[in-house]
Parts: sequence; structure tokens; C-alpha cells
Amino acid sequence: MSESTPTGVTRAEYCAVACAEVFRGDGEVMASAFGTAPALGARLARLTFAPDLVLTDGDAALVDGAPPLGAPPASLVLESHMPYRRVFDVVWSGRRDLIMMASQIDRTGNQNISAIGPWDRPKAQLVGVRGAPGNTVNHSTSYWVPNHSTRSFVEQVDVVSGVGYARAEAAGPSATRFHEIRYVVSNLGVFDFATPDHSMRLVSVHPGVSVNDVVAATGFALVLPDEVPETRVPTPEELELLRTVLDPRGLREREVPA
Amino acid sequence: MADKRLTLDEFIAGLSSGMTIGIGGWGSRRKPMAAVRAILRSDLTDLTVVSYGGPDVGLLCAAGKVAKAVYSFVTLDSIPTDPHFKAARQAGAIEAMEVDEGMFYLGLLAASQRVPFLPTRSGLGSDVLTVNPSLRTVRSPYDDGEELVAMPALRLDAAVVHVNRADAAGSGQILGPDPFFDELFLGAADRRFVTTERLVPTDELATGGPLQSLCISRLLTDGVIETPGGAHFTACVPDYGRDEGFQKEYVAAAGDPEAWAAFRERFLAVDEDGYQAATREAAEQRAAAKAAKEGA
Repeated sequence: MSESTPTGVTRAEYCAVACAEVFRGDGEVMASAFGTAPALGARLARLTFAPDLVLTDGDAALVDGAPPLGAPPASLVLESHMPYRRVFDVVWSGRRDLIMMASQIDRTGNQNISAIGPWDRPKAQLVGVRGAPGNTVNHSTSYWVPNHSTRSFVEQVDVVSGVGYARAEAAGPSATRFHEIRYVVSNLGVFDFATPDHSMRLVSVHPGVSVNDVVAATGFALVLPDEVPETRVPTPEELELLRTVLDPRGLREREVPA
Repeated sequence: MADKRLTLDEFIAGLSSGMTIGIGGWGSRRKPMAAVRAILRSDLTDLTVVSYGGPDVGLLCAAGKVAKAVYSFVTLDSIPTDPHFKAARQAGAIEAMEVDEGMFYLGLLAASQRVPFLPTRSGLGSDVLTVNPSLRTVRSPYDDGEELVAMPALRLDAAVVHVNRADAAGSGQILGPDPFFDELFLGAADRRFVTTERLVPTDELATGGPLQSLCISRLLTDGVIETPGGAHFTACVPDYGRDEGFQKEYVAAAGDPEAWAAFRERFLAVDEDGYQAATREAAEQRAAAKAAKEGA
């Protein structure tokens, strides 16, 4: 179902551009992006429509420009020291925009990376909540789910790690004050929460995917607009950057197979 | 200046069963693994382990040393999760206090500052507050009236961290790019231990790296133990990177009781010198196997 469009743009390239769109309008904030499509998206945005974006080297520094995936450390131009302790200063200041991954995501935007099943004896212990609780109540957070299915898109996540809209509202004004779940990007489409009750809405489907495909792969009732557009086509400049500069080895195609 | 040099055995003698022990580093990076291995060989048990978790937590769980883990994640970095920690959680064998990474930091900071808690927005609305029912919120006494999480101090009976260089008086130097939260682990603890790749004379500390790398002062240390290769198999840059081949062996062995028994026999039932020799031999065997495969 993921054959290329007539222009030869692959599904993975639509995903990368959809992730880049997460950062549109961002000024001088630290972009953190987990997963291949998000990493490419942040770099694309930095090189095109979000030139003030601040990228990290994935270790303990901020980098100038937008290095290719897997660039050797010695080739990077470092512009600042950013050890973990300082990362929290940035998180708590709000000057950050993040795309995290989600083992589960639900209708109102809760994310789970902690555990599946009952807490005392989970069926599967995952990595742990990490920084998700703090990230989501301090700065804009989006999610990338490369394997959209009824197992990953669920009515209610098992352990709320990243905080969604309903839970933030129930927790009160200190939780909602800086809370924003901007987008969810999956291998099938793009989603947001711009509905009266902040229920997840289908924003666009990637070319080659039907609305029915998305509905069948989602474990809750998505809000479906009358007309669902296709995810925008990458510009020739974006395709050139993706294919020859940022990811010449084609790592993106391994994460989202064509 | 006091001479704080200790052996691993003297380090173990400073601990007792039932203690809450903080372990420095982050994931599979700059973990005081020689100290962890010494705990594995000891008869210490019933420990509460406080860690930005990596294979330290996994190994201690595998040996049945852990009653409770306090963590935000347990990861091997290049491999997302630790198999022994997963197994312990899934068997319900340990108590878990899982908190946000920033809350964890503030818990250590509160303990270091001798205050009962520090306020934070982090945790609000998440299940961190429901799976840890002892956590409380606090209302700002000022006009804003904000209600925030009161992250309790994570007071430690003992802490151990691993650094690149240290002197006999307990000043430590971290030459890698990130000091993580090691300083706060020591600040939060009653008994404070530093293991080091190499003990050097004090005057070689400042000539060995920028002043900012001298981030563990002797105000924070009670004992120093020289353990070359003491972070293996986790990363300890610039001295060495993570031993990915060995880490894969560790994970593969964890999946099978017989393989794990063999792994334990070969690498963990021996003293630290024996461990270092066995892992060097294992690296040579992997290299030879790889060469044979490529030649075939």
C-alpha cells in the first residue's frame, strides 16, 4: 500500500517532511527529535523554513547547521555545551520543541513508553517514563509512530508517561499552562488535537494511504473531517537535501519501508 | 590531606544490606561497574538502587540484590532496554519507583541541599503520581497559587560514581563531555565513593584537562578506588567507548538460563582482575570469529 507516487517520493520522505512541519514557526528553540524521520525533519526545517532552530549532537553539545545523519563527531561544528543537567534548564524554560516516540498513544494524546499491562507486574516493562512527564507540561511535544496499528493507537494508554489534553486539564492550570501536543506523525498520516474536546483528529493521509486504512489501524474513533487532504509533497529542494545531503545512505527507508 | 584510597573489598565493607545506594553515570555510560561487580560478589542484599539506570540495575536485579529500584529509565543506549531489569519487573520481583528524569534530578538536588523537597511542574497529570501514591503536590505560598509536584529528597545511604582521573584525597576529574549527575549523587549520600580509571598526583589533574573537568571536589568524597577499566562494558570516553560486542553478549546470555549461568561463571564469579582478563579474551575471540567469517 506504500507504492511511490508518480514523482517517486517515498513514504519515508513524506514522513520526514511531515516531521519537519512540526517545527514550522519555531524561533530560537532547541529541537530534539527521536527516530530517523524526526531527526531528518528537524534538520530539514533548520535548513529551510526554521533557520533559527538549535540542533543537538545527540550527546552533550549544540551544533551549528544541520549535519547529515551519522556524521562523524569530528566533522561537527559545536556551538555550546549542553550536558543533561543543562538540558533540564532548557526543558523547564520552555525553549524546546520535541518529537518523541510512543509505544502507545491514545485519543487525547497520552503517550506510554513505561510499561504494558498492570503496574505491579507488567506484561512488558519498556524503557521507563524518561523525561516524558516533564517535557509535555513544559514545552511543545509531538510524537512519531513508525508502526501505526491498533496496538500503538489505543483508546487509553496503560501508563501515562507523556501527558495528553484530558489528563493535563484534570490536573489543573499548572499542568495546562505550557502544555501543547502539536502533532502526531505516523507512517500512515498526520494527526492533531484541534477539536473542541481535544480528541485526536486526522489532518492528512500520506499518498498511497486511504482514510479507511487509517481508521482500520486505529484503536479508537478518530475525528474525521469531511475532506482529508494528502500530506504535502516535498519540494524539490527538500528532496535534494534529504537524498544527497542529510541521508545519502537511505536510513529513512529502513525505518519506513517503501 | 587525608589519604582516601581504598580497595574494592574496603568499599564493600562500608556498605550493609538494606541500604539505599545511588549509582552514578547514565544508561550505559560511565557506570561504576567494577563497584557493581564487587557488590555482585558480596553477600549484600535487600538494596534500594537509585540510578539513571543501565546494566548496573540489570546485573544487580539478576543477582537478586535489589528490593527496590528508583529510576526514570533503564536502558543500554544502543539496545533500548536491559533484559534482567525487564524480567525482574515482569516477575513482580522488585518494587519500582519510576519518576520523570527531571524529578529524579531534583530529588538528588534536594537531598544535596538538605531540604525535604523541591517543587516542579514535571509529573503533573502523568501516572508518575498514581503509581507512586506517596508523592505529594504543594501549593505556592505566593499570589500565583500554582500547584506543583513536591519532589521528595532522594537521600542515599551510600553513592558510588566512576571518573576518569582522581587523586588520593578524593578530587575527581571527568574528561568526557557530560558529568551527568554524579556530583549530586555524592552530595545526596552519607558514604561517598569514587572509582577512577587512574589515580594521579594532584598536580596532574589540572594539567590533564580544562578546569571544568575537575567537577568532583574532595568535599564530596570519603573513599577513592583505582579501577582501570572500571566502567567496562559501559562507555568511559575518552579512555574507551562502550564495548558493544560484549554488551550484545550480555543481552544474548540473559535470554537463556544456561547461557546466563555460563556468562556468570566466566565473567562474574571472578575478581575484578579476572573479569578484565576474561573480557579481553572474549574480545579477542569475537575478533577472531569475525575474521574467520569474513575469510570464509
